[in-house]
Parts: sequence; C-alpha cells; structure tokens
Amino acid sequence: MSIFVDKNTRVLVQGITGREGQFHARQCIAYGTQVVAGVTPGKGGQDMDGVPVFNSVKDAVREAKANCSLIFVPPPFAADAIMEAADGGVDVIVAITEGIPVLDMMKVKKYMKDKTARLIGPNCPGIITPGEAKIGIMPGPIHKPGGPIGVVSRSGTLTYEVVHQLTQQGIGQTTCIGIGGDPVNGTNFIDCLDAFNKDDTTKGIVMVGEIGGTAEEEAAQFIKENVKKPVVGFIAGLTAPPGRRMGHAGAIISGSSGTAQGKVAAMKDVGIHVCEDLGRLGELCAKVF
Amino acid sequence: MKIHEYQAKELFRKFDIPVPQGSPASSVDEAVNIAKTLGGYPVVVKAQIHAGGRGKGGGVKLAKSEDEAKQIAGEILGMTLVTHQTGPEGKEVKKLLVEQGLDIAKELYFSILPDRATAKVVIMVSEAGGMDIEKVADETPEKIIKVYIDPLLGIQGYHIREVCFGLNMSPAAMKAFTPMLRNFYKMFMAYDCSLVEINPLVVTGDEKVIALDAKVNFDDSALFRHKDIVEYRDLDEEDPLEVEASQYNLNYINLDGNVGNMVNGAGLAMATMDIIKLAGAEPANFLDVGGGASAEMVENGFRIILSDPNVRGILINIFGGILRCDVLAEGVVQAAKKTGIKVPVVVRMEGTNVEKGRQILADSGLNLTTAVDLKDAANKVAELVK
Repeated sequence: MSIFVDKNTRVLVQGITGREGQFHARQCIAYGTQVVAGVTPGKGGQDMDGVPVFNSVKDAVREAKANCSLIFVPPPFAADAIMEAADGGVDVIVAITEGIPVLDMMKVKKYMKDKTARLIGPNCPGIITPGEAKIGIMPGPIHKPGGPIGVVSRSGTLTYEVVHQLTQQGIGQTTCIGIGGDPVNGTNFIDCLDAFNKDDTTKGIVMVGEIGGTAEEEAAQFIKENVKKPVVGFIAGLTAPPGRRMGHAGAIISGSSGTAQGKVAAMKDVGIHVCEDLGRLGELCAKVF
Repeated sequence: MKIHEYQAKELFRKFDIPVPQGSPASSVDEAVNIAKTLGGYPVVVKAQIHAGGRGKGGGVKLAKSEDEAKQIAGEILGMTLVTHQTGPEGKEVKKLLVEQGLDIAKELYFSILPDRATAKVVIMVSEAGGMDIEKVADETPEKIIKVYIDPLLGIQGYHIREVCFGLNMSPAAMKAFTPMLRNFYKMFMAYDCSLVEINPLVVTGDEKVIALDAKVNFDDSALFRHKDIVEYRDLDEEDPLEVEASQYNLNYINLDGNVGNMVNGAGLAMATMDIIKLAGAEPANFLDVGGGASAEMVENGFRIILSDPNVRGILINIFGGILRCDVLAEGVVQAAKKTGIKVPVVVRMEGTNVEKGRQILADSGLNLTTAVDLKDAANKVAELVK
C-alpha cells in the first residue's frame, strides 16, 4: 500500500522534450515508473525513447490513458501547464518547476478548487512509492521499498538525507512526498498526514519542515486531534536570520512568525518526537518506530 | 527585490496614486533647487536607503527655510545612517528625496501583501499610522483590519468600503481614497509586488489622501516579466558577495560566523548551518549551489566563500542525487587548485557515485578532510576552527 501513487499510476511528462524533462523522464522510466506519454505543444507526433509526445494534456489522457502529470515546464509557463493538466483530466499533478511567481500560484490555487486533481508542489522533488513508482527528481536507489514509514517534507535534498538515514537503519518507506518550498503550494502537510494516517501499511510518519509560514504549527494541531501513529519531526533553519529568504521562496521569518523555535515548540507540545540533531535522525527513528 | 522610496513614488504617479510633490537629489545644490520649486516651506528632506527606521536614525528632517534645507541636505547626504534594519555598520546615504511639507490631519497605516495561508491578497490597514506595525499587531491586534481579496475575482466595492469604514474615514476622504485603493491593487497585481506598505498614509486638512511614505517590494520570481523594475535595482544597497553570487545563479547569504559552507538544496543548507551551530561553531554563510549544480558552480561558490575574510574553515555537504559526487569532487579539486585554499576543508558526500568522488578527492593530493556522515563532518569542522 501507499498514498497517492503506485505501480498502476500512468504518468505523462509535460516538457518531456526539454533538457530537464528528458533527463528525468528517462530516470523515472529506468526506475520502473509507467511513463506513457509526453506533452510538448507543437511537437505532437514525435516520440522520446519510444514514449509518444502529444500537443496537449487532453490528447495524452485520451490516447495514452495517463492519470498523472509530471511537470518540468519553465516558470513563465508553469502556471498555465498546471491548469491545463487539471483541466485535462489527470488525478495527480506533480510540479517540479522552481520559481513560479507567487501571484500565478495564488490564481492556480483558486482555479484548482473546482477541480478534482491533486497538485503536489511546485518547487518540489516529487513523490515516490519505493519499488513501484518514482514521479520526480529524487535519486531512486536511496529508498527502501515496503514501508512501514511515510515521509513528508518541504525540502528536496534534505528529504534525501532523511530517507537515506532511514534506509541505513533498515527502515523502509511506504511513500515519500516533497510538498515543495514555495509559499503557495498544492497538497499540504495535513493532506499527507491524513492520507498516511488512513493507510494501513504506514505505521509511522517522518515530517520535515522549515522556517516560514505556519504550516507546521497547523500540522501539529492536526496530529494532536487525529493521528494515532508515531510522528518524528525535524525543522530546518534554527540559525536562519529573520527577514532573509533562505533559498526557498517560502523560507523566510517575518517578524516573530515562522521561526524554527516556534515550530519545534508547537511540535513538541503535541507529542511529536522532534529531532534536534539531523545527524542522529535515523537513530531516533529506529528508537521510535 | 527592494526599491527606493523615490522610485516607488515614481511608480505610484504612473498609477495616479497621490504622493507629495518632490524629486530625488544627489547633491546639496540639487536638493536646494528642488526645495525652491515646491511652493514654500517647510519641505522634508529624506535619506534614500532601503532600510526602514530612517526617521529615528536622523535620516528624515523638516526644513523651514532655504538655508535650513541647504544645511540639512548637507548633513544627511553622505552620512552613515544607522537604523534597526541596517545593522551597526550603517549605510551611506547617496541620494535624498526632497518633498513639500503637508498639513497632516490624520496618519494611517496601509499595506497590501500576498497571504500564503489563504492564497489571497490581503489589504491591512490601521488607524495607528506612523507607528511600528509589528508592535501594534502584538499589543493591540484589534486595531488592525484585514480585508482578503480572491486574486481571480479582484477588488470589489465592498472590499473598499470595509477598508474605508474600518479607518473611520469621512465621506470626503472616502471619496478621494476609493479610486486610490483600486489603483494600489491594480499596481500590486500588474507588477507582482510582494509588499506595498505606506506608513503613514495621510489625510490632509483639506481631506485629501496622500501616500507620504512608500515601500514596495517585488517577487523575485516574477522579475522576468518586469524589465522596467529590474532597472531600479541599486547594487549599492546589496552585499557585494551576494551580488556576485547572484551572477552565477548561486543562492548565497552572508552571515557572521567563521565556518563557510556549501550545500546542494536550500533545506539541507539550512539544516547544515544548524548542525554547525550544534557542534559549537557559527556558520559564515548560507550557500545553496542547487540540485543540478555543475563543477563550475562549485568553483564559483568556493571563491565567494573564501572572499569572506572571517572564514576559517569550510564544510562541504553534498547529497548527490542530480549532482553526482564525482562531478562535485572534480569541482572541489579544480577550485582548490585555482584559488589556493588556505583554510581547512571538510567534505561530506553521499549519494550517486560517492566512491568515485571520494577517490578523486583522495588522489588530488590536497589537504581535504573526509567525513563519514553529517555529524562527523560538523564536529570535525568545528574542531578545526577552534
């Protein structure tokens, strides 16, 4: 079992003929993901390593029965691509693109309210159900299939670090999701926690947050009220100076809000096992799970 | 991206948003000449730096005559202005804004910003204008009114009424402010602003509403579609190392510590800074070379870290996914040979082609310390800078 994606997920890649799109589509295929179509407007009829390319998401859904879109479209056109995917009938949209303007994403978010598709990202590494489907840019081999732990994170490489430590301890993962480092994103911590909580094979959850916004505080409240499974938490940015954007567009401390200290306190308050030393996260998980 | 007050007011004029009459000046003579055209005294002389708190720091003064204007302009121009936002080293004032003095009846606080939690645009106003708004929010949150606008719907009449009644505006002021608020919203959306803040927004004795101050920030991610705003960038206001890093597409922030660090990915970079601190040392910077960094980017990153004279040791932490460890190792070796590294370097690598990467480092003949994991790396670098 897993959440959101599995071996039956049929992926189309928007931007498959671009440098990034092509490279990562190949990596996903090599991992065993069912990549059934690509979309690049104007290149319909071509193929990439035998994967048929279509002019639109609607064509790809109709012809190749795709139900998930992986987006590598550059920032100026990414909002358009996400909305096209949502309108085109896929169930899950994974937007890797970093640097989409905030106002564009705010409009996308409102637009998505009327749609059934789930958006993961943008500015994220994607989602992987180890051994079944890798829909994103994470390195496949660091993951260990079979569960029992679900991972949800706002970061990319920090998630790899966490997953790597879990695997080294012999702890497998059900699904690992990067929800992205932007201030406005699709799927949030609570959506993932809820899904992991309902997934029978997931026995524990690792939640990786960072400075900026209040998503971790809200997630902590949700955990207190709903989640019965053990949760290990980590927050990056204890040493980040206020008012500076730390790489991710959403990683900024504004006034007294968004600090790592506040988030750590909120998580401890509801009984989450907070890891203060990233170097020991694997050990802590081995103890808790 | 931040711009100066005089630039923000230039933008306001384009959107028919009322601002005091005035112009920027780069010399005392120019300032005096502008003062003469404003139709009488007093005039206001304002230092143009990006940091807030200029008034308290002595960078904003009222001049009651031409002589006074000359004297004040001479004092402020070239001074090192220290405010709570500049840090103790302060900022040299290179430009002034000279404006007409107004007959102020009421000072209000006004801002527009994107609200990340609701994905809406929020207008925040308060009758407690001219004060530190963070303080007002902490102590008397009921004095702040927030009106949320759906970006797909845009600003509606009732939004404007909510703002005006919330500010207890007179019918005359409300009439003046209604088109002004529409224009503020229009500008905010048209230019992908991340903040428009007017503190204070003033109501004059004759019931006009005027933006006395102006702070406008822009979403960096949207600058590709606003070439005219990019022209406003003032490199004097930025850290020179951060400017250089941005030219190489590196995400660099200069900090006060002595352990330089280079990491791929923003989250891991923050976590690396944290673990350096946990090991008893202080990070000298934040540097994210990106998920797909090349050997060349690593080399540039190295040079920038080493340009900071406080750096006494470097920790490189790379989790190779997209960026392969052998590519990184080559970049490190290249950079070390070219720049002649004089401080100890600890390297921690994990991920794709890690064995090959470690071999390249070992064969390089350079004085590099290899760490087995993150904790080991942080402890080793902290020990080396002691």
